Amino acid sequence: MNIPDGQKYTKEHEWARKDGDLVVVGITDHAQHKLGDIVFVELPAVGAQVKAGATFGTVESVKAVSDLFAPLSGEVTAVNDALTNAPETVNKDPYGSAWMIKVKPSQASELDKLLSPADYEKLCDSEG
Amino acid sequence: MTDLKRTPFYALEAEHQARFVPFAGYELPVTFEAGLMEEHHAVRRRVGVFDVSHMGEVVIDGKDALPAVQWLVTNNVDVAAGKAVYTVMCVADGGIVDDLIVYREGEQSFFLCVNGACRHGDVAHIKEQAKRFDCRVRDLSDDWAQLAIQGPKADLLLSDLSSHETATMPSFTFADAEVGGVKGVRIARTGYTGEPGVELYVKNGDAARLWRAMADAGKKHGLGYCGLGCRDTLRLEMKYPLYGNDIDRDHNPIEAGLAWVVKLKKGEFLGRAALQAAKTEGVTRQWVGFEMVGRGIPRQHYEIHKNGAKVGEVTSGTHSPSLGRPIGCGYVPTALATVGSELDVVVRGKPVLARVVTTPFYKREQP
Repeated sequence: MNIPDGQKYTKEHEWARKDGDLVVVGITDHAQHKLGDIVFVELPAVGAQVKAGATFGTVESVKAVSDLFAPLSGEVTAVNDALTNAPETVNKDPYGSAWMIKVKPSQASELDKLLSPADYEKLCDSEG
Repeated sequence: MTDLKRTPFYALEAEHQARFVPFAGYELPVTFEAGLMEEHHAVRRRVGVFDVSHMGEVVIDGKDALPAVQWLVTNNVDVAAGKAVYTVMCVADGGIVDDLIVYREGEQSFFLCVNGACRHGDVAHIKEQAKRFDCRVRDLSDDWAQLAIQGPKADLLLSDLSSHETATMPSFTFADAEVGGVKGVRIARTGYTGEPGVELYVKNGDAARLWRAMADAGKKHGLGYCGLGCRDTLRLEMKYPLYGNDIDRDHNPIEAGLAWVVKLKKGEFLGRAALQAAKTEGVTRQWVGFEMVGRGIPRQHYEIHKNGAKVGEVTSGTHSPSLGRPIGCGYVPTALATVGSELDVVVRGKPVLARVVTTPFYKREQP
């Protein structure tokens, strides 16, 4: 299972990584594997407000629709528009070129409440 | 929760990283190692195998078997032995009980392949309706396993497994022959993918032997192991209806675009009066295929709107792996059912423009 260090995770299978003042968000390798071939990604617009634990977008595989949950609250400062035309990137490079949004956190401490890589690995193991 | 059954192929499928889901009372593979998209392409480009052992098999035989089956189904099954007929069974109001294939085994014997999820209801319905005929109805579903082998290379693979040539079999015919060293396999020139191929009926006890022979021969043809996931995308690209999604007791075959399986001239049958009226007076809604103009993937139960008002629901929808774009089907008022008609599909609260298109969505290139 590919669960890199140096970033945090949500119970809903998103990752969040600090990048200067911003936090970069995407979905995990485990999530893309469970979903299968991803064919559709819908993300918020730059300037949108996201709230920790609330949905900020949607990914769809051929068979399933899955909500994206924000790991933390704040303002969206960048959106990876390339995923619109190349949603399969999420399957190929979920932690790199398939990042989804960058957020300017309104409460940076929210990041500390997220799962560590070790805790996220336990969660994945328990879900099978 | 009732115990799920396993098909005779379960352990063999597990070797190929099958991901099993409950379906029609069985644990069936939804995907294998390759994943839905690759499995889909394997069938369109090479050859793929599906375990469809959940399908139900019912035999009706005896002196009045022909009039009994003619009464039960809407299509004309008075065909030569060795021929098969796609049809529906209806209730008196024309609502569809199931869609099925009727194989004529002999003058007085018919072999019916019904949907697995409908099996028990169908058997009860058939037994009730057949009471007044001199015939026997047997549910043999637990004796038979079934594999669908589909794709442009299906006949090549079959030629390595059987001396019975499948490439020249006309569509909707069948024969019993030796396949992969197993005697008495029923080879049917039928399928649910739009590709050439066969559906093989094999007794449970012989099933594993047939699978192993097929798997060995399949290696050189690039045989793909295919789950329910791509079975659904393949059939939807052809606009083949799925019972429970697209057709049910609340819709009649005329609305569903299946008028071609309703043969009013063959004599009396269950639902005939209602279907005759539907044919002559026309229907208020029709099952259409549409493509999305705006961004969004239609999914079952999403609302279809016209000018802000609900006019129908999506019955099946997906991202088409062959076309690389979303496709869907649903019932809409007849006035909106023409090719080019514009509709909105409501995707997560937002209307997204869609357009009715000619179907099948996928047209196979002629070799």
